Order: sequence, then C-alpha cells, then structure tokens
Amino acid sequence: MSECIDRIKEISERLLADGKVDMVIGFRKGTLPMMNEPCFARRAADTVHLVWDSNCGINLANYLTDRKEKIGIIAKGCDSRNIVTHIIENKIKREQLYIIGIPCRGMVDKRRIADRFGGEIEDVFEETDTVIVKGEGTEKRFPKTDVLQENCRICIHRNPVIYDELAGDLVEEQADVDRYEDIRKIESMPPSEKKDFFSNLLSTCIRCYACRNACPLCYCPTCFVDESRPQWVGKGQDPVDVETFHFLKAYHCAGRCTDCGACERACPVGIKVRLFTKKLEKDCLELFNWEAGLSLDDRPPLDVYRPDDPDNFIK
Amino acid sequence: MKIIKIDKKTWADGLERLKNQYRVYGPVKEDQGFHTYQPLQDGQQPDLNCLNTRLSPKAIVHPQSHPMFEYSLDEKQADHHIMKPVEAGEISRAVVGVRPCDAKAFQLVKLNFDTPEYKDPYWLNAYAATTFVGLACNDPCSTCFCTTSGCGPFHEEELDILLIDMGEEYAANILTEKGAHLAGAAGWNAVEEEMGMDGRLADQKQAAEAKIRSFVKTDRLREVETTALYEAPFWEEIAFSCINCGTCTYACPTCWCFDIQDETHGQSGKRMRNWDSCMYPLFTLHGSGHNPRSTKIHRVRQRFMHKLKYFVDKYDAGIQCVGCGRCVRLCPVNIDIRKVCGLMNSYDTSACVCPTP
Ligand code: SF4
Ligand code: SF4
Ligand code: SF4
Ligand code: SF4
Ligand code: SF4
Repeated sequence: MSECIDRIKEISERLLADGKVDMVIGFRKGTLPMMNEPCFARRAADTVHLVWDSNCGINLANYLTDRKEKIGIIAKGCDSRNIVTHIIENKIKREQLYIIGIPCRGMVDKRRIADRFGGEIEDVFEETDTVIVKGEGTEKRFPKTDVLQENCRICIHRNPVIYDELAGDLVEEQADVDRYEDIRKIESMPPSEKKDFFSNLLSTCIRCYACRNACPLCYCPTCFVDESRPQWVGKGQDPVDVETFHFLKAYHCAGRCTDCGACERACPVGIKVRLFTKKLEKDCLELFNWEAGLSLDDRPPLDVYRPDDPDNFIK
Repeated sequence: MKIIKIDKKTWADGLERLKNQYRVYGPVKEDQGFHTYQPLQDGQQPDLNCLNTRLSPKAIVHPQSHPMFEYSLDEKQADHHIMKPVEAGEISRAVVGVRPCDAKAFQLVKLNFDTPEYKDPYWLNAYAATTFVGLACNDPCSTCFCTTSGCGPFHEEELDILLIDMGEEYAANILTEKGAHLAGAAGWNAVEEEMGMDGRLADQKQAAEAKIRSFVKTDRLREVETTALYEAPFWEEIAFSCINCGTCTYACPTCWCFDIQDETHGQSGKRMRNWDSCMYPLFTLHGSGHNPRSTKIHRVRQRFMHKLKYFVDKYDAGIQCVGCGRCVRLCPVNIDIRKVCGLMNSYDTSACVCPTP
C-alpha cells in the first residue's frame, strides 16, 4: 500500500502548483512507531512530508468540517464514505474537494501489535503483507492480516466510493465477511447480562470524549453532554452518566456510521465503542437495506419517510 | 535518612501488615491490558513489573469526580438550601510503586493548590494523608524524558520512600518521617550498611539515567518573549491535527484544572468537582456566550503555553511537565510535547518577519 505514496505526492504537488486547491490534507510521519499525524500542505514543496502506510487510521473527513478552502484530501474507503456523508449533511461542498482515492488493504492495530510483541517497540516496517516489528535486539514478523484493526478485518468497502483521481490500483473487496458476530452475541444475552456487559465495557471510561472528537459525524457546535442549559447529563464519573453519553452518542450516529474505527483507535483506554454503533449499523442494514456513505444520491433512512418503512417494532 | 533492605520473599507479608494501618494503592493490571492505580484488597499485590500506569496517580489525591458539598431542596428540612461539607474521612493512604516522575508532579501541582492566598482543603488533606512509596526506574521507557524535565529515574522529591529493585531484594531509601513510620508499620527494619547511595546504588542510578533516550531543551523558554511566542506562526500547524479530546491533560500528572457542578436528583444534590481541561471549548465559555478561546488553535496553544511558558515564568520551578511521556503515547493524533517544546525553546523572534503595512 505504501507504493501509493509516490502517486499521492505527485498528485498533491500538481494540485498545489496549479492552484487547483488551497491545501492538501494527508498524513506525515509521527514521532512514535505506528503513529502518523494528520497534516496539511499549502505549498507544493510541503508535499515531500506526506506519507502513506498502514498507520493512517485516523479518519481525515473529520478535518473537513465547515472548512471554506478548496481542499485536496486523501481518502481510503471509509474516509470516502464519511466524505459522502459530510457532503449530504452540508458540512462541505463536493465542488470544494479534490478527492485523492486510496484503495486500502487495512490499517494495523497498534495495541494488538504492542501486545503481541511484548517489549518496547523501536521501529515498525511493512513489506507487502508482513509487518516487521523491531525492539531492543529482537525482531518479530506478523502477517498483516493478523494485526489489522478490528473494523478493517471485516471491512467490505476498501475502495473509495467517490474520488477524482486514484493513487493506486483498485483492490478486491473482501467477500464472505461476517460483520456482526460480536453483535449477535450481545443481542442474544438476557437483559441483566447485557447490562453487566455494558457496565463492564465502560468501567474504565474517563469521559475524555476522544471517541466523539475523532468521529467525523460528531460535529455539533455543542454536544448534548456539554450543554449546561438545560443540562442533560451529569459531568462526573457516575456510571449512569457515562452510559448515557455512550448510548446517545451511538444513536446520533445511526445510519451515518461507516465503521471507520477512528473512535476506537482514539480511545486512550481501549474501549470497544464500535459495539454500540455496529448494532445500529446492523439494524439499518436489516430494516432499510442501508449502508452509510455509499452514494451522494440517496438520502439516509433516518431523514426520510417512506410509506413502506418497516413499522412492526411499534406495538 | 537510612537505607533498609527488604528481601523480596518477605515483601508481600510487609504489605499485608501495612494494610492494617493504611489503605494501600498500587498498580494493578486491568483486563484491557494496561495498569491503573487501585486500592489493594487483602492478599492482593501491586504489579511492580508495570512500566507505568496508563493514567497518572494524581487521581488518588485529586479524584476525577469528587463531591464537596451536599444539599437539600426540600423546604420541610430545617437545613434546606444550605451547603453542607461532605465529610472526607481521610484515612491514611499509601501509594506503592509510584514512579519518580509522577511523585515530582505532586510538587508542581502543589504550587497551585497551596498558595499564600488559597489553600485547597480537598487536595491538601488528601495529600497530607498520603505516603508515597516510589519505585526507581531501572529500565525507563523510550518516551521518558524525565532527566531534562526536572527529575530522573531515581529522583527522590515528594517521595517518602524510594524503592530500588536490586534483584533478590529491594533497597528502601527512607526519605521522610512519614516514610520511616510506614517502614515501621510494615516491619521493614533491616538496615543495610553496604548499600549506601555511593556504592552499588549509585552505579545503578547512573546506569538508569544513561538509558534515557529522549530529551527536551528548556533553557531559552524564560527569555523568549511571551507575546512573540503567543503569536508564533507554528501554532496553526501544531494544532491542525488536534481533536481537542483532552486525553493529554487527563492523563497528565501535572494538569490540575477542574470544574464545579451542582448535580441535583429530585430534592437533594451534590456540589461536585470534576476534572476539566483547557482543550475543551466549554472550559472558557463565558456566561455571556463569548468564548475567549474559541478556536482549536487557542486551546492547543494554551496547553503548551501554560506548561512551557506561563508556568515557567510564574513559579521559576522549571516546566509544568515531568517527562512521563503519557501524553506523547496517548495522543490519538501524535501531537508530541517534546517537538513543541523544541519549537518554543528555539523560537527566534528576530527571524519573524512582520507583514509590511
Ligand atoms: S462512530 Fe466511530 S466508526 Fe462510526 S463513523 Fe464515527 S468514528 Fe467512525
Ligand atoms: S475515548 Fe474512551 S475513555 Fe474517552 S470518552 Fe470515549 S470511550 Fe471514554
Ligand atoms: S491528546 Fe492530542 S488530540 Fe487530544 S487534545 Fe491532547 S493534543 Fe489534542
Ligand atoms: S505534559 Fe505529557 S509528558 Fe509532561 S508530565 Fe504531562 S503527560 Fe507527562
Ligand atoms: S495545561 Fe491546561 S488543563 Fe493542564 S493545567 Fe494548564 S490549563 Fe489546566
């Protein structure tokens, strides 16, 4: 996948040199292994810093919200779907964007790699389908498929759904993926077990809201948890307040979430917050045959009424 | 004071004895794979192989959510609408396994909670009730930059005892009266003459310091002019990727900011003090609706200016950072204080070209 980088630089440099865009949003190399930092380039010369590899899991659509410039943006499958959602929701205009599409083979999970490696990691490289991790005097190799982010392992839209130019060859989409194994397990729990499961899941949450802030969908000027007049939820560590935040945040993403995994990746304590959004994603698929962000022409199911909308949940 | 030898075989027994007199906290591994400070139950041991905890031990003295007062709105009650302090009932606490950087952080935080003008009773009482048993870092992490931020892997400030892992035993350097009392309660009394700080221990300290691979330069921070730094052109670029999640400040042992909120349920309520962060827009939102730090750039700049400039100028006690590396590791978008500190420290105001009118 890192072969895309030459094309990315070439396209970005050209766009900036020709004045087609005011800035290009992409990634630069971070200061730690497996960490790239979202960045922008305003001049053609700045594009030398751009990088592309399997550590670009942050969703760049998050950096487009309400921007006024003409922007070149690097978009893997999920970013492109969030860009579509952003356009549908009037958070950016299609005409403002030049989308540099990247067919994606998945992003690696830095925590999984750290766990499997054991000691302190000094450097991480990639070779086609292998991730090579170096520590003091040791080296371990992992097949990339074993250390992918959970959402990437089950991703069925790796190719960007919208783009102006591609920076690599389209990849084959994964077939026969069971996207909802974990969700079915939770669905089958009796209510009390579910309650315990969620309490346990959220017990270490520090309410930093990194999951919310990393999410391109969460762009409200004032989030309901931050409102003070009226105050909808307490702001402390009371489990009821913590759970209220998570359940409502997930509902606000119903029919919009692309399972990009940015939320889970950002959480400092590794909480699997996608379990909430995936349940709603599954419901939207089953009830409305809907997957978010695939086309600019379809309105999301929760902002249109159709006479044949399923209603058998009304008792 | 003196150095005591603790045979690792008797370590667990000593800790159990401590639990009779103290509530003992230590690093415990969570199911998710990282460590947090937890009160230890009978028979439960702290995991001293932990490199460091995910969050700092600051919450033991300054909890994320803390009830200060309670009140009743029920007019049938004689004391309705009167704030009554929530009794803290401070029992003696011991924190075992604190890393020297995290201990040093308490000294910096104290500058804020204990001033000639204001004495914060919650913080000060909890602090006074706590004995810190540190653990020297024989093997610092790659992101530790303590030696250039005012402490080091064997640093002693704010610790009551410093434990040094010597293989079969711990050398316990008793540093304060509080520490001596705790050692007595644990039954640690085998004074070790040969392990004086100038012998094997000093070598071990030097070896640990030599393993530190990460550094910051802070020598020019005082002299760089505040307004010039505030207006430096690099903030836009630094702030670009920030998602204002506040993880860096919640994880940081030296961040002290809080918010006060009333939480009312029916007819009764509590006045809570909760952690807050300069990374959040709400932190500075005025009642009028005006927000003096209305953009992300303002907020990111505040965090770094506070830690690396305002604090430095105000207290003359170094930077408001002990080099624990938590924010570096946990920032989801890799904003790295070491890099920002470098930019600030080397900022050359004369190189700044003002736009010609
Ligand atoms: S909720 Fe999480 S997975 Fe869904 S779009 Fe937002 S960041 Fe991505
Ligand atoms: S990022 Fe994690 S810790 Fe922070 S609010 Fe979300 S789930 Fe909680
Ligand atoms: S952790 Fe990083 S992204 Fe989050 S507020 Fe701090 S600097 Fe910004
Ligand atoms: S600023 Fe970062 S490195 Fe410094 S003490 Fe706080 S968390 Fe640790
Ligand atoms: S850096 Fe921000 S949160 Fe931390 S102490 Fe300073 S103002 Fe408060």
